[in-house]
Amino acid sequence: MASILRFRKLCILVPVKCSPVSYESHDAPEAGKKEDSPISAVEQVSEKPQVKKNKRQPKQWRCIDKYCRMIGYICTTWWLILFSFNCLTANLPGLKVPEPPGARLRREGLTALHPVVLVPGIVTGGLELWEGKPCSEGLFRKRLWGGNFAEIFKRPLCLLEHLSLDNETGLDPPGIRVRAVAGLVAADYFAPGYFVWANLIENLAKIGYEGKNMFMAAYDWRLSFQNTEIRDQTLSRLKSQIELMYLTNGRKKVVVVPHSMGVIYFLHFLKWVEAPPPMGGGGGPDWCNKHVKAIMNIGPAFLGVPKAVGSLLSAESKDVAFLRAMAPGLFSSKTLGLQTLEHAMRVGRTWDSVISLLPKGGETIWGNLDWSPEEGHVCDSLKKRQLQASASDDKGNNSDSRRAFHVKELTKYGRIVSFGKNASELPSSQFSPLVFKGSSTNSAGVSCGKVWTEYNEMSHDSIRRVAENKAYTAETVMDLLRLVAPKLMQRAEAQFSHGIAENLDDPKYNHYKYWSNPLETKLPNAPDMEIYCLYGAGLPTERSYVYKLTPPDRCKSIPFQIDGSADGSNSCLKGGVYFGDGDESVPVLSGGFMCAKGWRGRTRFNPSGIATYIREYHHKAPRSLLEGRGLESGSHVAIMGNVAFIEDVLRVAAGASGAGLGGDKVYSDIMRMSERIDIRL
Amino acid sequence: MIRRRKAGSEPKKPLTSSPLQSESGENKDQKKNFEAENGKLNVNENENENSKNLNWKSSTKSRGRSWNCLDSCCWFVGYICSIWWFLLFSYNAMPASFPQYVTEAITGPLPDPPGVKLAKEGLKAKHPVVFVPGIVTGGLELWEGHQCAEGLFRKRLWGGTFGEIYKRPLCWAEHMSLDNETGLDPPGIRIRPVSGLVAADYFAPGYFVWAVLIANLARIGYEEKNMYMAAYDWRISFQNTEVRDQTLSTIKSNIELMVATSGGKKVVVIPHSMGVLYFLHFMKWVEAPAPMGGGGGSDWCAEHIKAVMNIGGPFLGVPKSVAGLLSAEARDIAVARGMAPGFLDMDVFGLQTLQHVMRMTRTWDSTMSMIPKGGDTIWGGLDWSPEEGYECSPKKQKNNNSEAGGQNGFGNLGNATQVHYGIMISFGKGVAELHSSKLERVDFRGAMKGNHLANTTCHDVWNEYHDMGVEGVKAVADFKVYTAGSVLDLLHFVAPKMMKRGGAHFSYGIADDLDDEKYEHYKYWSNPLETKLPNAPDMEILSMYGVGIPTERAYVYEFSPTPECFTPFRIDTSAEAGYEGTCLKGGVFSVDGDETVPTLSAGFMSAKGWRGKTRFNPSGIRTYIREYNHAPPANLLEGRGTQSGAHVDIMGNFALIEDILRVAAGATGQDLGGDRVYSDIFKWSERINLKL
Repeated sequence: MASILRFRKLCILVPVKCSPVSYESHDAPEAGKKEDSPISAVEQVSEKPQVKKNKRQPKQWRCIDKYCRMIGYICTTWWLILFSFNCLTANLPGLKVPEPPGARLRREGLTALHPVVLVPGIVTGGLELWEGKPCSEGLFRKRLWGGNFAEIFKRPLCLLEHLSLDNETGLDPPGIRVRAVAGLVAADYFAPGYFVWANLIENLAKIGYEGKNMFMAAYDWRLSFQNTEIRDQTLSRLKSQIELMYLTNGRKKVVVVPHSMGVIYFLHFLKWVEAPPPMGGGGGPDWCNKHVKAIMNIGPAFLGVPKAVGSLLSAESKDVAFLRAMAPGLFSSKTLGLQTLEHAMRVGRTWDSVISLLPKGGETIWGNLDWSPEEGHVCDSLKKRQLQASASDDKGNNSDSRRAFHVKELTKYGRIVSFGKNASELPSSQFSPLVFKGSSTNSAGVSCGKVWTEYNEMSHDSIRRVAENKAYTAETVMDLLRLVAPKLMQRAEAQFSHGIAENLDDPKYNHYKYWSNPLETKLPNAPDMEIYCLYGAGLPTERSYVYKLTPPDRCKSIPFQIDGSADGSNSCLKGGVYFGDGDESVPVLSGGFMCAKGWRGRTRFNPSGIATYIREYHHKAPRSLLEGRGLESGSHVAIMGNVAFIEDVLRVAAGASGAGLGGDKVYSDIMRMSERIDIRL
Repeated sequence: MIRRRKAGSEPKKPLTSSPLQSESGENKDQKKNFEAENGKLNVNENENENSKNLNWKSSTKSRGRSWNCLDSCCWFVGYICSIWWFLLFSYNAMPASFPQYVTEAITGPLPDPPGVKLAKEGLKAKHPVVFVPGIVTGGLELWEGHQCAEGLFRKRLWGGTFGEIYKRPLCWAEHMSLDNETGLDPPGIRIRPVSGLVAADYFAPGYFVWAVLIANLARIGYEEKNMYMAAYDWRISFQNTEVRDQTLSTIKSNIELMVATSGGKKVVVIPHSMGVLYFLHFMKWVEAPAPMGGGGGSDWCAEHIKAVMNIGGPFLGVPKSVAGLLSAEARDIAVARGMAPGFLDMDVFGLQTLQHVMRMTRTWDSTMSMIPKGGDTIWGGLDWSPEEGYECSPKKQKNNNSEAGGQNGFGNLGNATQVHYGIMISFGKGVAELHSSKLERVDFRGAMKGNHLANTTCHDVWNEYHDMGVEGVKAVADFKVYTAGSVLDLLHFVAPKMMKRGGAHFSYGIADDLDDEKYEHYKYWSNPLETKLPNAPDMEILSMYGVGIPTERAYVYEFSPTPECFTPFRIDTSAEAGYEGTCLKGGVFSVDGDETVPTLSAGFMSAKGWRGKTRFNPSGIRTYIREYNHAPPANLLEGRGTQSGAHVDIMGNFALIEDILRVAAGATGQDLGGDRVYSDIFKWSERINLKL
């Protein structure tokens, strides 16, 4: 009965709601109250009330409620998945991570023997704030670089300002101190989940390494190498730390593991530490022999990387060019006031260290207009044969209309920068000699936003003249950079040199600017030392670029950009970039040449005959998503998780020699390429 | 029927009309008519609506049903999530200066932090700075562990969020313990100190230790290259940090490096708490010849150290450590037990928290470095103590003597307000107040230790009390009172293994003849009463500590009810003096200090032991005492206060920071204004009769 009673009320009330004009105002609140609980009992008996209810529901199911419900669904499922993931991963056999190499080697009986020094490369090291402008409040000792980069999104301009250095001195701008993070945390992870050294560290720990015999030689990678000593005494610190570890670990020499730019940083250190005090560390001529057992260079950029040219010229590399091709206007959308590239360029150009990565050795190493050591490299290894055939045909049709004497299609890698696709393919006889006249700098005073790059000071005329010269080799590209970024190059050329020494005994080579160039220094007198070149191969790596002028726009500050539309049919050219073999950042040539030829045996660069070994790791993409960045990766940073690589490092750290590892392990054409390079040894 | 009624019921029918009426015949008829006319329309309307709502219906039918539970659940969760996100977002979007703005709006403008103030004065970084953290505050991380600690590689087990304690407490305790025999790593476990400034800048998120000082030093130009955190594993004995980790060598090398790279400027060392003893050990170690020491030569300290600024240094030990070793409790735990008796020893849950903690801490050699040193000479005998006559709360002084007197059957001869601080441990409150001539003590030292309760293993917790048996425990309690000297015997009796281990690393006596060859052994190096300071006349030693907070000085103990399964002793929280202005509260006698270290321990060496040219300080290193009177934070917004004197909070004390900054920028102790004393430390020091 009671239910009937309630039901009647309901019957009476619902229409009330339906015709709001008449009666609603009085009863609505009451109605709401009464309907609340009993309704469920009734509506299950009858279908009709549901119709009524539906009428009502849309009102209550307002936007917010629906939204909340949806969020709730998502959250709950997310938590569920997360929870089950946490529970399951440990137990599911399928998801079990394969045994790390460290554990395996430990069972073999390897234990920590030689202390290990890790030298991180460019970009991967964390930077933290010690003193800043008011806009950076609350960031004291927080990471500006590395970590989660949250601040970049919150206050991008402030951050860029703090990350750039003084344009004149290449040191701190006044009132700003950004310093390298110290300790193993400096570069174990670059961003959360993106390991750099963490994998190696963990495996080293498995065979007994810990804080006392493992040292991360973190340095401020924005500065020129000598400036890290002048400002932070980083080199002295490294020296003292190596000496300490040598002493406290029973006089066992250290094994140094530098990565990427860290390789040339450590080369600089080797020279610095033996040089006499005012300029060097005063360690004496046998310091290296006494303290260093082996240098295991990972992805070494000994002879520089062509990528550096691209980033200096127009602050872009293949990724950016690709993005631009996909979404033209994204980077130049002035309306948004972003001017991303311009900002990136302005900041990047204050970093001296980038200059250290410019290709070294000029045309002798990197090839000239008509010749390059990598000649004949076939880019797509899978389609090697078909492509070779079809490509030449294809090419023939295209270019025959212009010039008909292409006998065989060879990528002209020697032209590191060429303007227009044609220029990258023309024979050299077509070029006019390079003439850089005194560039008349008459900037019109058009300030576009607040972004300022040195391009603003160049006239349109000189820009056009630059482009008319069409193609630049490793040597002439330096002239181009000098024209385009005079201040940067002036600053940087006091710190770095990119040539090849005629006579290494010339006293001028005692200057520190030559120390990081393997072609202008002798290795230290350390016959017991070993040098390894460990790098990935089998990945397409940027080798040279096709540029174009950006459409004339008064406010575009970067007049050049990679011609993303330039696609070659022979697949070495993609999106304006010619690819060679390498580890995705460093071409094989740069990574391996010194070990393969420059230092092999007793040469003038290696007077004491330090043994060198090449260990290449052929890239294999991760088989499944669960493998993360792969256990057999050969790419520049992910190689640090490569099992074979880790095993090599562990064995050497535990006392093995290069011969013990099995000597050279080569997949690429590095030996052949090196032979083609004609350099006096 | 239902349908019809529903469709046709009169809209304007008043609510109050009795529903029964509608069942009557007349009404029915009327209704039917009404329906006949009206109903069709209505039905049509309804049907139209129905068809309109069909989509709704089909889609909402399922929704409508499940809405009840799952939906409302999700709705609720979503609601909370969105609010949370919104708050998070607004918090993140909030400018960083907002909290400060609010604070200033409420409390008026804040004073500049000392770093800013002094930077305006023109102070610049000059001398490199070395921090030596104390016990407990330094982070420890895992380098190798058992199966149960998987995934914790290089994660903090100590410091940070302590999340692992809750997740896997037993695993955690196992990893934090050291080997009971060697005091080093147990097999298969490697826990190492975190290195770098992060080691001890924050102990837990938001709980600063060194962070404030670091931030202020950075204001006048310090950075990583001239600031060094000498992090060490604070669980192991000082010499073992060198044996296992070469920590002392690392510190030596880093100090040498910093002196070299800063153009020959000597370092200013800032040890805190136990770090003070550690650095004392270091100074002896570094000058000692090579196999045992660092081989730095006899003038290493003179060449490398400008000043040692000891913060809250327990030079002569802390009474707290005795309680910690005896029963793993300090005042806080005793209070907790007083509030909720049985909570900490809930056998039902198998928690046995205290027993676990005790077993763990007893493997830590370092706790033994802080056992009170100097015995009765320093800490007072049965009838005497240097702090005699200290008024615990001078403001509330009342004459309640009579009340205090007759509480116990023993009767009370002495002045009731005169606290016998010298008696560090007493069994029963009455005993603590007795005059020594009245005490009946049974020597425990010969007591049988047999009667081993073999088979009553209480879960798997094991500590040395099990070896003692009932006899031993009784004997201990029968001895009634222990002074600083006899407390050592007590500990030897109660925890022989631990003390044997500790005895090889630490010593607690007073040297008769400092030139005795035996004092070249490292176990004396951390005891200021058994070593000479290095020969460094230009060095300065500052003792900086907080005063004005009641600090544990002596304890009243009682038996635990069930000695087989539990720690047989515990602090007698019921022991209250019963009158106001008392120093005895909850079984603990307190005295002036910084809440952890009594003033006597922190100040005596600078006030007397090392003042001028004494036998402990042959080269006459100048000493200064800088006391900071405790003032609690004015309001919640101040956090832990800028004028705090508490043991750890003092690191945020502006006056202290200013002193440190000035010295680091080149000032001497004299420039700071020499001694700054609030307590009775000089009076107390004079009472101590020590050959100098």
